[in-house]
Amino acid sequence: MARRIVVDPVTRIEGHLRIECEVDKGQISKAWSSGTMWRGIELILKDKDPREAWIFTQRICGVCTTVHAIASVRAVENALKLEVPMNAQHIRNMIIAAHGIFDHIVHFYHLSALDWVDIVSATKANPKAAADLAAKLSPWPDNSAHGLKEVQDRLKKFVASGQLGVFASGYWGHPAMKLSPEVNLLATSHYFQALDYQRKINQVVAILGSKTPHIQNLAVGGVSNPINPDSQSTLTVERLYYIKTLIDEIGDFINQVYQVDVAAIAAFYADWTGYGAGVTNYLSVPEFPQDTKGESFALAGGYIPDRDISAFTPISSFNDDFFNQGVKESVKHAYYKGDSNLHPWQGVTEPNFTGFQDDGKYSWVKAPTFQDKPAQVGPLANVLAMYAAGHEATIRHANKILSQAGALAGSKLGLELLHSTIGRHAGRTIRTGVLHEVLAEEWQSLMANIGRGDYATFNEPVFPKGEIQGVGFHEAPRGILSHWVVIDKGKIKNYQCVVPSTWNAGPRNDKDEMGPYEASLVGNPVADADNPLEVLRTVHSFDPCLACAIHLFDPKHNSLVKVRTNG
Amino acid sequence: MAEPAILILGVGNILLGDEGVGVRVVEQLLQHYHFSDQVELVDGGTAGLELLACLDGKKEMIIIDAMAGHEPAGTVKKMILADPPAFFQNRISPHQLGLSEMLSCAAMTDSLPEHITLYGIIPHSLETGLTLSSPVTGAMQEVMAKIIADLSNLGVSMTPKEVQIALKAT
Repeated sequence: MARRIVVDPVTRIEGHLRIECEVDKGQISKAWSSGTMWRGIELILKDKDPREAWIFTQRICGVCTTVHAIASVRAVENALKLEVPMNAQHIRNMIIAAHGIFDHIVHFYHLSALDWVDIVSATKANPKAAADLAAKLSPWPDNSAHGLKEVQDRLKKFVASGQLGVFASGYWGHPAMKLSPEVNLLATSHYFQALDYQRKINQVVAILGSKTPHIQNLAVGGVSNPINPDSQSTLTVERLYYIKTLIDEIGDFINQVYQVDVAAIAAFYADWTGYGAGVTNYLSVPEFPQDTKGESFALAGGYIPDRDISAFTPISSFNDDFFNQGVKESVKHAYYKGDSNLHPWQGVTEPNFTGFQDDGKYSWVKAPTFQDKPAQVGPLANVLAMYAAGHEATIRHANKILSQAGALAGSKLGLELLHSTIGRHAGRTIRTGVLHEVLAEEWQSLMANIGRGDYATFNEPVFPKGEIQGVGFHEAPRGILSHWVVIDKGKIKNYQCVVPSTWNAGPRNDKDEMGPYEASLVGNPVADADNPLEVLRTVHSFDPCLACAIHLFDPKHNSLVKVRTNG
Repeated sequence: MAEPAILILGVGNILLGDEGVGVRVVEQLLQHYHFSDQVELVDGGTAGLELLACLDGKKEMIIIDAMAGHEPAGTVKKMILADPPAFFQNRISPHQLGLSEMLSCAAMTDSLPEHITLYGIIPHSLETGLTLSSPVTGAMQEVMAKIIADLSNLGVSMTPKEVQIALKAT
């Protein structure tokens, strides 16, 4: 008899996600992803000055502040056809790259590693054996037996005191946990080290953005950082060189720790490369503009239908109609009136709450489609696009991780395994390696530009009398983010944000096709329906920017999971 | 210049009415006072781990946040947090998990300030909107006065900004 699992965190104000699954004979047979709250935050922006929209949009979400600021200024610049000075592009690009690295590291270690790593098991490890294993995997100097023993002692103290803090709600001892105590100890040690490295990379955002968590330096038309190599109060050469040391330190952590850990998890959990593919139409946008108009980019983005990399179609500029005309949002299964399927500029938002209906409306999230099909977004989608575009650094990082994982697993692993739950983690770590190289290159480009005596950072926006519209897209850590703005007489008339988690967490669309979370859950094994760790593994692999992401940190996790028998 | 030893951290989402009261308190304090270098005031929004670095070197920390509770809207509750992570895991604040995780991480890495005070304010409305309700606006004033008193007790000097403008004018 089928059993129904409901994971419904009622926690975070940023947005609520509820996952319902039917489990039959130890496998998920049906799944629903439901956004449980309508916010209408875009309505706040109506009649506001478009130059100030980014200040409000970066408050939409506590996790992805920077990205909503970037997408917003790009949307207004796109409507105005306003060019952005090169220094401003480089400064924005560095903020985007640093924020992406920060986000990916925190996601892996602090939001999802505990789905795979058993902290309590690490207390039983032999630190010397763990250090010997680490030496075979990586040249990283901070894997010594002494250091690992210290981490283990600290962990034992937490376990003995019953004060596990952030670890309190993990599924310790769950039958789906497979790592040896030594690997668990290594991973725990890196969890702590990652806390330090996320601070370092976040400092890059703080220095360039003038502040964190909410950056202050953006402007429609550029950035507000004055560049003066001699003045103490501006972006000085000294500060820029300090940023360079932070970039170098974080690079070693990415290449010698993060990527190695993901390769190890992929090898030791090889069965999870066979689960969780879900929707394999992949959509991403190009990022890191290399000119003032947004027509040339450091990294490619585009569309890959049905996991066929040879059918990749690039999106080539901020004005590319292939993207700008290809997006629709269906409300057939969402709590809005009717069953329309409209472009965001035409999007209407009239609530019609019906209560959860398995075959009817069941989510506040609309179902976005690209070329009338559901699409998966996120780092994996972007990595596949860059791979298809022949991007050297992407291919190099992908080959490195696949060959490391293959060596540990004792088999040759190909790109095909990326279409999976583990593949999304691998995609994220490949992209982090690429982002780090972009960050270093953007730093060089900024220094070179300043060296040529170009200090310009801002072009003044001028608003026409009539109505204009624009879209700003950004390849954010969780995937495509797009802001759609209509401006009339210098005031905002309509504003829509299509966020990455909308693409992935969306419900069934107008043709009743499942969204990416839903499709990726079907077929997953569930060893113990009362402790559905496997559901979290797959949903967390998307880096959901909704309440599921923080479900693990609740001490009373059992209260969030309800299981009932159908019938 | 000495690194600041006191952190005043306002958290919340300013797009959701009273939810943003913690941030509004920090904004108002910065607007009305000059603080000495001992104090750092931070608008934490709804961030989590990004705030970890703000705790470095701090001995005192005052958190201001909206708080769920049965008391009338605008009620101010002051709490001294002996064991913040355990406290926050009781789901008192609507966005406690970002903050809770951050404090738990700080506790695990021995970087929690010695003293942590929380001012929790019972909200009236969490509907989408940029303004505070009238009971919570009153509570904001009350919390500001309490924080100024706390800082005076800690020996911190502050100058009201109006006074300084007046001095400049003469």
